[in-house]
Amino acid sequence: MNRWLRFLPLLVLAAFVAAVIWRLDRPAEEQIPSQLVGQPVPSFALAPAMPGKAGLLSAELAKGRPRMINVFASWCVPCITEAPLLMELKRQGVAIDAIAVRDRPEDVAAFLARHGDPFLAIGSDPESRVQLALGSSGVPESFIVDGHGIIRYQHMGPIEPGDLPEILREWEAAK
Amino acid sequence: MTTISSPPLKRGPIFLLSWGPACAGMTIFAALLLAAPALADSDLPAARWANEQLPDPRQEAQAKALMEELRCLVCQGQSIADSDAELAGDMRALVRQRIAAGERPGQVRKWLIERYGNWVTYRPPVEPVTWPLWAAPILLLVAGAWLLRKRLVRRRA
Repeated sequence: MNRWLRFLPLLVLAAFVAAVIWRLDRPAEEQIPSQLVGQPVPSFALAPAMPGKAGLLSAELAKGRPRMINVFASWCVPCITEAPLLMELKRQGVAIDAIAVRDRPEDVAAFLARHGDPFLAIGSDPESRVQLALGSSGVPESFIVDGHGIIRYQHMGPIEPGDLPEILREWEAAK
Repeated sequence: MTTISSPPLKRGPIFLLSWGPACAGMTIFAALLLAAPALADSDLPAARWANEQLPDPRQEAQAKALMEELRCLVCQGQSIADSDAELAGDMRALVRQRIAAGERPGQVRKWLIERYGNWVTYRPPVEPVTWPLWAAPILLLVAGAWLLRKRLVRRRA
């Protein structure tokens, strides 16, 4: 028997330990992107999330013009940081609808009164059902849906100033 | 998840540090005790079927078995059966509602995989990418048997 063969188990162990240390040092990707990018938006009909606003119907998303859907909540702290950037996107001509996850009408109204209201329609998703149907795994997230109702882009986490060029590029591409 | 409600667990060098002096280990232990997860959740109560069992025990058993194999999107190391996260509760409600409506567990799992990929299930499908995963136990058993045989034969000689 080859005397070097006896070191094989040790080498296997060393390789295993090296792999574990490497993974501990570099944790796996934590974001779980939606598999529905490139697919039609699932069909849904959400009641208005606050008085004075329309609810959100998936049928409204396939009317020839792209829409952005912002998945947010009044209780979501990062949503506050992205609020001014949504206003800026609106100013630049992006049509934004919203889905308010697990929220109350008065809380949604207070949030928008305080942080600005860039939204056309806001659907209420009290049990996160549409959020799950979209393959979204948290708030805030934003989707761009083209005029044929196909999801073209997903942004996970709060929109930051550096994200605007990419979002505007995706918006133009969805036109 | 993307709210600050559940800061992503940065496991990393902390384990390596704890190989150091005992006091470092104690500090980390104390830090873990103090680090209560600051959950910025909604005020809304849990969805009806998040924590309530289905009246039909057979359906509930099916739903429960499936929940134990679905991965929580927020606290990524836990199944939705184990997790207290609101989104996990809503996922449990979704599983129970769909099972109660007559869907088979496999269909519910497929619906979620269509949205979140194989990531969401703890039971990976057999396909080329996962082949090593399924083959590894068999290969290790064979290797073990081979090693054992060598030993036994040598002893008899």
